[in-house]
Amino acid sequence: MANIEKNIIDGLTGLRDWVDDRFPLMQNWNEHLAKYYAPKNFNFWYYFGGFALLVFAIQILTGIWLTMNYKPSAAEAFASVEYIMRDVSWGWLIRYMHSTGASAFFIVIYLHMFRALLYGSYKKPRELLWLSGMGLYLVLMAEAFFGYLLPWGQMSYWGAQVIISLFGALPFIGDTLSLWIRGDFVVSDVTLNRFFSLHVIAFPLLIFGLIGAHILALHEVGSNNPDGVEIKKNKNAEGIPVDGIPFHPYYTVKDIFGATVFLIFFFGVVFFVPEMNGYFLEHANFIPANPLKTPEHIAPVWYFTPFYAILRAVPDQLGGVIAMGLATNIFLLLPWLDRSPVKSTRYRGWNFRCALTLFVISFFVLGWLGMQPVTPLFTWMARFFSLVYFAFFLLMPFYTAIDNDKSVPDRVKD
Amino acid sequence: MDNSNVDKGRRRFLTAAATVVGGAGAAAGAVPFIATMTPSEKTKAIGAPVEVDISKLQPGERMIEKWQGKPVWILRRTQEMLDDIAAQNEAVSDPASEASSQPAYATNEYRAREDEYLVVIGICTHLGCSPSFILKDGDNSPVVDWKGGFFCPCHGSRFDLAGRVFKGVPAPTNLVIPPYKFISPGQLLIGDDSEAA
Repeated sequence: MANIEKNIIDGLTGLRDWVDDRFPLMQNWNEHLAKYYAPKNFNFWYYFGGFALLVFAIQILTGIWLTMNYKPSAAEAFASVEYIMRDVSWGWLIRYMHSTGASAFFIVIYLHMFRALLYGSYKKPRELLWLSGMGLYLVLMAEAFFGYLLPWGQMSYWGAQVIISLFGALPFIGDTLSLWIRGDFVVSDVTLNRFFSLHVIAFPLLIFGLIGAHILALHEVGSNNPDGVEIKKNKNAEGIPVDGIPFHPYYTVKDIFGATVFLIFFFGVVFFVPEMNGYFLEHANFIPANPLKTPEHIAPVWYFTPFYAILRAVPDQLGGVIAMGLATNIFLLLPWLDRSPVKSTRYRGWNFRCALTLFVISFFVLGWLGMQPVTPLFTWMARFFSLVYFAFFLLMPFYTAIDNDKSVPDRVKD
Repeated sequence: MDNSNVDKGRRRFLTAAATVVGGAGAAAGAVPFIATMTPSEKTKAIGAPVEVDISKLQPGERMIEKWQGKPVWILRRTQEMLDDIAAQNEAVSDPASEASSQPAYATNEYRAREDEYLVVIGICTHLGCSPSFILKDGDNSPVVDWKGGFFCPCHGSRFDLAGRVFKGVPAPTNLVIPPYKFISPGQLLIGDDSEAA
């Protein structure tokens, strides 16, 4: 018995060595998993990067299968989605996984971004890590927007009409630009066909590449942690951070456990509330697109509503578009707006803690307002909370510079 | 490697020349990819004029036609509606339609060839939604003292019964009036206003 076992192990080792002579297999395995040392004090907030990767995999997998039955033409798109839902074996599951995956992606990404705000993960030396992450977020928004047109429902149609018109509001180039994006004078079959191409090929490839850059940047500078302490500053004789543990097996096990719990919740939604009462799949999108009639009440899907509320809050057309563009892109400046030497909120003063709390509240309130119909009261509320939203960023150089930060320990706490 | 015999000036020149030629090639190569996304010849050809029978349209009624893929509204206005329009010159932001888009024959008080018929593209000049037609006594009037008009559900822009935008809403200009003409009483042609034929 022992001999057989030994022979198998020898054979596998031989195969591994054969590959290693021709491809850096063990080198990459060690660099990114077995000898990648991550801080030992990761907490709950450190699940979401891995979850994002998992959701990306779900979207790619279900997307490929949806493409087998979906027809990207104005005449057939709506019916082909209904065909997937009713006639294709298990088609409903693939489709609900994909639509739930879209919302799950944004939930996970927003929590992932919040973690960065909480522990200062965007700060030096992680600026490029933050920028690649923000690039991913913006590309993901475009990917979601393209995908939302494909079912060719009323919300698909009018949502696309409004978002493309945003580009039309730009001075001088606006009309030409929006015409170029649509490829037609209105959102039409032409637009649907090109959005399909961008949604299934161009942007998934971009996301894939950016994820690679994001992980490479992370593994170059090393992970931050809830204490905001650089573990690379304390290394033992072998050059291993004393507060670090190898990613594999410690965090692979943690992430696989987390993924299991995540999938329980994910499929809970897929099986029992796939429409999430109109938040994940809007009711008006069950009506085929009608270019002659806008639904009585239109709102984007929940993950865009904070920015939509900011757009509506500004009484000027171009001003609204600029404010909305600024609101999504201003995160890019975060590493340079924050003047505090301290990373984690655990050791930050009350200026930043209060500012972050107000920012999160304004983000939620704006998100809610973006789903409501226009009334004078809501418009004024949107204006107030838009100011709070921007103040968080624009006043940051001042309130972080004079914050009463505490002293940061040399090592992570046990 | 021995670089002592290298003519550095020549190397720099060749590098610069190759960069310029390669850059020009890349720029030229981008042209077809960008151009292929502009409207095709077929797409441009679809914007042909549309003939509409309006003989059955009653005073106060509105009908919707499709032209170039866009909704075009035809509203037959009553005398009361016209009076309401004239009474609201103060409340609209471009009463004489100076900054708005319409043919010369519609650049007047009621923005029409014939006062009775409003022919207008039903696309909000803000972000392209199609506003709802709400009558004076409609039970969902967007503001108090509503005299009838169009209300955009997307971002709350309001227009009067001549498609003129009210002050304080996000839409920058009045609704667009397409080219049109009456071929005979009760027959309307949208998309063509040439005088010949």
